Amino acid sequence: MNALMFGWEFPPHILGGLGTASYGLTRGMSLQGDMNITFVLPHPHGDEDQSFLHIISASCVPIVRKDNDWNYVNQRIGNIMHPDEYYHLRDNIRYDFRRIGTDDLGCVNFSGIYPKNLMEEISNYEAVASVVAHAGGFDIIHSHDWLTYPAGIFAKHISGKPLVIHVHATDFDRSRGKVNPQVYDIERRGMDEADHIICVSNLTRQTVIEKYGQNPAKVSTVHNAVEPLADREQFVKTPRKDKVVTFLGRITMQKGPEYFVEAAHRVLQKTKNVRFVMAGSGDMMNQMIHLAAYKNIADKFHFTGFLRGKQVTEMLAESDVYIMPSVSEPFGISPLEAMQVGTPTIVSKQSGCAEILNNAIKIDYWDIDALADAIHAIVSYPAMYKSLHEQGESEVNRITWEAAGRKVRAIYDKVLGW
Amino acid sequence: MKSICFFFQLHQALQLKRYRFFEIGNDHYYYNDFADEDAIRYLADNCYLPANRTLLEMIHSSNGKFKVAFAISGVMLEQLEQYAPEVIDSFKELAQTGAVEFLGETYAHGLSSIYDENEFKAQVQEHSDRIHDLFGQRPTTFLNTEMIYSDEIGALISKLGFKGAIMEGAKAVLGWKSPNYLYKHPYAGNLALLPRNSGMSDNILFKFSDWGWDQFPLTAEKYIGWVSATPEEEKVMTIGMSYNALGLNNRPESGIFDFMKALPYHALMQKISFATPSEIIEKNKPTDTLSTGEPISWADEEKDLTAFCGNDLQYEAIHKLYAVGERVRLCTDKGIKYDWMHLQSCDHFYYMSTKHFTGNAVAHTGQYESPYEAFMNYMNVLSDFLQRVDEQYPTTIENEELNGLLKTIKNQETKISELKAEVKKLKGKETKKETGEENTTAKKTATKTTKSTKKA
Repeated sequence: MNALMFGWEFPPHILGGLGTASYGLTRGMSLQGDMNITFVLPHPHGDEDQSFLHIISASCVPIVRKDNDWNYVNQRIGNIMHPDEYYHLRDNIRYDFRRIGTDDLGCVNFSGIYPKNLMEEISNYEAVASVVAHAGGFDIIHSHDWLTYPAGIFAKHISGKPLVIHVHATDFDRSRGKVNPQVYDIERRGMDEADHIICVSNLTRQTVIEKYGQNPAKVSTVHNAVEPLADREQFVKTPRKDKVVTFLGRITMQKGPEYFVEAAHRVLQKTKNVRFVMAGSGDMMNQMIHLAAYKNIADKFHFTGFLRGKQVTEMLAESDVYIMPSVSEPFGISPLEAMQVGTPTIVSKQSGCAEILNNAIKIDYWDIDALADAIHAIVSYPAMYKSLHEQGESEVNRITWEAAGRKVRAIYDKVLGW
Repeated sequence: MKSICFFFQLHQALQLKRYRFFEIGNDHYYYNDFADEDAIRYLADNCYLPANRTLLEMIHSSNGKFKVAFAISGVMLEQLEQYAPEVIDSFKELAQTGAVEFLGETYAHGLSSIYDENEFKAQVQEHSDRIHDLFGQRPTTFLNTEMIYSDEIGALISKLGFKGAIMEGAKAVLGWKSPNYLYKHPYAGNLALLPRNSGMSDNILFKFSDWGWDQFPLTAEKYIGWVSATPEEEKVMTIGMSYNALGLNNRPESGIFDFMKALPYHALMQKISFATPSEIIEKNKPTDTLSTGEPISWADEEKDLTAFCGNDLQYEAIHKLYAVGERVRLCTDKGIKYDWMHLQSCDHFYYMSTKHFTGNAVAHTGQYESPYEAFMNYMNVLSDFLQRVDEQYPTTIENEELNGLLKTIKNQETKISELKAEVKKLKGKETKKETGEENTTAKKTATKTTKSTKKA
């Protein structure tokens, strides 16, 4: 089966969980053997792992016919796309996109991030999709997240192939209820046009059904998974006198950092030998520094700033407790990453990953007492730590992308009637 | 003539209230009384009262030929007395028919048989007294908490004067043997063993209301038919379960009460009688011995202790609790004794079981959302309790030293009065000058005693 996927992020250049999930899912699906995936990305860097899928760079797809010789094309984009593919795609330009500003190859330069002119990028991406769709060679279209829904819809209209959209988040999660009407409109149109909607959690599925008025019959849940850690032994906890309790993520409203500070305050009233770490950066960071100082716990409350790559895993491995008190989290992959290195984890019930975890503590994000109690229990009762440490790791190792991939495949088969 | 031996178990622990760690040291009341009252009223109205009425009717209509035994934990009796005293009255009424036997067990329905022998003995005695006070009979047959049994426990039971014990008819113990005989303990005197027929018990408890079961619907005729179809030499069929089977596991509309009512008629037609455990033990001779070194129970498929002490959480909680057993028995503080008893109920540990995460065991987390939450709450309560015990008797003092000090305190009053009497005597006898001398010696001894008091 040939699937055409539209995505926005892909490792190693990622900004959030979307890239990680796209990678894991496609990799998991590629294990099925007869699955050929073509993945369209706005701006790949050429260092992506293409061993199990074929990546098309939207920045190299011509949407306006320009005549260039083979060698020039090779010199310009050869490291990203083969010139033959460029010419093949050029033959499939059917519409006049001269209104869009293009370079000498007839391509649009996408930023690949979330720039100010995001809406413009989304609509340019749609134009690219039309060319790719005309080129054909796929059985089903799969769009990841709202940015790529318009592209998916256009491709569906051109090719007549079914469209599956993958909801990694909705605007209700991102905005705590203050929904951007423009974004909602794009999301809604994508869902209406889709033949099937895949959500990353039942929580998201419920939002899609209730807030976007979708027929429950065409909305399924496929929970995310986590890539196995290749160098697990490398991450060990150094013995230290004080226990470390960690919050790790963007310090922003959606992640509920203030609940973490409040809980830290409660724990420190009664418990000695505990330190709290807030890792990451974000728009609420200064506010949190003030709050910690105001609560008079700044001597036991530490900020690390933004962590990247291996530092993240190291921080998780050094912690005695990892906490994700998100107010609204469609899935949330980082608790799974913490459990991979054997760190006991507390997640809010408003997180999608809570649905599939047994050996993690689940609390309501606003329930500071429960959060403080759970922290206290893990640092004070050895059995609690031991059990979450051992059972948590073995549980998370059983959650695989391969299984998630099989579920997605079953949905493809159903949609196609195969 | 074959005999069916019915028994039912009644127990429910006091529910712990949500107890956060910042309460430790401040709040010493651990229970959620509203929830308890609610739960007991629900049990009484939906199960105990209608079931007792049914059994009473069965006894009357069969002219006392229907017999039944009950194992009611002390904790349950306390709660019934408080929230549903009419249930106690109806049990008294049942007791008066003479067709009902009350079985012995631990007062708290706890795990003392495994972890604390002295506690076990004390609790069995306390429970026996309680049953005697309420129903006018002393238990002679024993049914341990959740049917936990091993050779060692059997020997203990025998030493406490029980004539028999009911145990789980677990495959691991029986092997090729049939549960439908009377057995005896391999070495402990004449302790008779009645293995429960778990298959026939589960047919009522779990399968009666199961529409997917190939034998559905189960009628009294069919059930008795199965009993009579067993080989002629198998004289005993011990069928037991939680009393919740009548009215809760099987709702009244499932026809469970009518099923029960029809049993005596069909049994007597087939020349099958009913008997209480002690009657069975009296009338039958044990055919063989049954022995198990490892403790068994009636829980889950495994029939072992893993439901109560199968993971790290349960292990830590149980061991922290029983570590202070000796100290608590030394103390006289009523509050501590009460909490000690109620914290022992095995339900608390059962809620911490994580078996359902991976296996096919059913999740029983009580009022908690997860085993971890159950553990956290219990440990917070236990921490406060241990602190209280520690305040009375610091752990820095060895048990034996403590015992000695306690004895001094206990004896100090008698000693003081003795000395006072002596002083008085001497005062009368001796001259004024000499009296003064004696007085100082007496004082000295008195200060010595107070010193040790302070130390304690």
